[in-house]
Amino acid sequence: MKSLGVRAGLLSVLMFVAFCALWQIAVTPSASSGPALDPEYAKLMGIATEGAKSAMPGPLDVAGKLWDNLKRPFYDNGPNDKGLGLQLLYSIGRVFIGYGLAVLVAVPIGFLIGMSPLAYRALDPFIQVLKPISPLAWMPLALYTIKDSSLSAIFVIFICSVWPMLINTAFGVGAVRKEWLNVARTLEVGPWRRAFTVILPAAAPTILTGMRISIGIAWLVIVAAEMLVGGTGIGYFVWNEWNNLSIANVIVGILLIGVVGMALDLILARLQKRVTFPE
Amino acid sequence: MANPRTESDPKFISIEGIARRYPAAGGGSTTIFEDLWLPVARGEFVCIIGHSGCGKTSVLNILAGLEEPSDGVVVVDGQAISGPSLDRAVIFQGHALLPWKSVIGNVGYAVSSRWRKAGRAEVEARARRFIDLVGLKGNELKRPAELSGGMRQRVGIARALSIEPKILLMDEPFSALDALTRGTLQDEVRRICKSTGQTVVMITHDVDEAIYLADKIVLMTNGPEAMIAEVVENPLPMERARDSIHREEDYYAVRNHLVDFLVSRSRTFKTEMPAGYDRRHPPVVRLGRQPKPEPAPANTIPFPAIAHARD
Repeated sequence: MKSLGVRAGLLSVLMFVAFCALWQIAVTPSASSGPALDPEYAKLMGIATEGAKSAMPGPLDVAGKLWDNLKRPFYDNGPNDKGLGLQLLYSIGRVFIGYGLAVLVAVPIGFLIGMSPLAYRALDPFIQVLKPISPLAWMPLALYTIKDSSLSAIFVIFICSVWPMLINTAFGVGAVRKEWLNVARTLEVGPWRRAFTVILPAAAPTILTGMRISIGIAWLVIVAAEMLVGGTGIGYFVWNEWNNLSIANVIVGILLIGVVGMALDLILARLQKRVTFPE
Repeated sequence: MANPRTESDPKFISIEGIARRYPAAGGGSTTIFEDLWLPVARGEFVCIIGHSGCGKTSVLNILAGLEEPSDGVVVVDGQAISGPSLDRAVIFQGHALLPWKSVIGNVGYAVSSRWRKAGRAEVEARARRFIDLVGLKGNELKRPAELSGGMRQRVGIARALSIEPKILLMDEPFSALDALTRGTLQDEVRRICKSTGQTVVMITHDVDEAIYLADKIVLMTNGPEAMIAEVVENPLPMERARDSIHREEDYYAVRNHLVDFLVSRSRTFKTEMPAGYDRRHPPVVRLGRQPKPEPAPANTIPFPAIAHARD
């Protein structure tokens, strides 16, 4: 018998092929069914209706579009026609800036909150109320105060990434084993050295868990935020292609959102593995 | 080796009237122990023995400076202690190694805390020396998770010894180990402590461990309101071996005395307190054949018959 990994891989490929086949069958026009598009409307849109072709693209159409997009990812023909790579870079850039700011704010503050039970208790109600707010609900407030749509998107990313990191950091720091702190105390380790050599490594796995949750949320939110603020980014691309009624491009966009999200998560999973220690 | 007790300083550590109280559920407070007095001489190996709840771990934590006594002070080498210090190394019950550091990282962390300005090579060399001392050569780069329980505790011992503490404090250091490993580690701790003249205070509830390791065994009564019933001087010769210790002349006298204490007297001591009992000077009991019983002084312990009390 082959290894589990190989068998799982084979099964995955099989599932993918079966899915594509079903998809293809579903979108292939049959003789009995009438035209999928109203001929009037199709004429209006300039689409040929002969053969009663479905508006829903098949897997091959999507693959073709994907190839087109991947061939020249970075072209820029003005505001509404940019390469997919360029759009993704815009989104990733926004996420990195917002998320980076959130790391810079949440980790040190979380550290302090975790060290002080008083601060933890005092700030807890605020955090509990602010945490479940959908980040997009901040958008009008951000647009009004910042008066810049691009910065507002970054702010929304910031505000949605901050909470999981803040809570996890505080929790990780607060849960550092007493015996490790006692080791530091008996060795007369100063507060700074203790923070960096005992508390930070001990809390790092929990902090990284928070960071991993946050990057996932940030990537979910950026798509929605870009649909709202428009201009650039993968979210805007998907919305724009919907307006162009290019469903194939929409599917390509969806696919790439998934791939990039997975990559971001993998990067943080790798980091998390590096700081995790076996006990 | 000359008897270290006569060499110097019978009050190298002096526990002076310490107390430990916790706020009780319905107001007021629970006293675990109070007015506890105990001297420990330089170079002495003292075991504190008693049932759970008598506050022996609290006594050790107060000695370490990790806990504040509710009352009283501890004087070490002429100075009242305040907080933890590198002069007093602690070997914890759970090894308390930092799991993200290697063996040499853990020992080196202690070394570089002791000698802040030491260079990397110096710290490493010193850490290696103590890792060798506890017999872990070749395991320097392993993480604690890759070591057995006994090896981890060895690292803990190496870490404690590497900072050359004035006092070594051990809180049931071997209780989590299997019997075989425990025996080997006891041998090594005894060898190292005797060869360096280390002053040691150790908590245990294992009678045999106390008899094998200790020069003096401090008996604590049951808590709450525990007290030091007596200090038993170990009559066994300095040169003792674990495998033949039970053939020593006075072995059973000591063992029976300790077991009797733990079984019954630790409970009844408070009601049957011997006449002339003085908290400030807990009676010192010497068992066995020497010295020859003298005409009974005022504060002789009534049980067992051969017990001889002196101030």
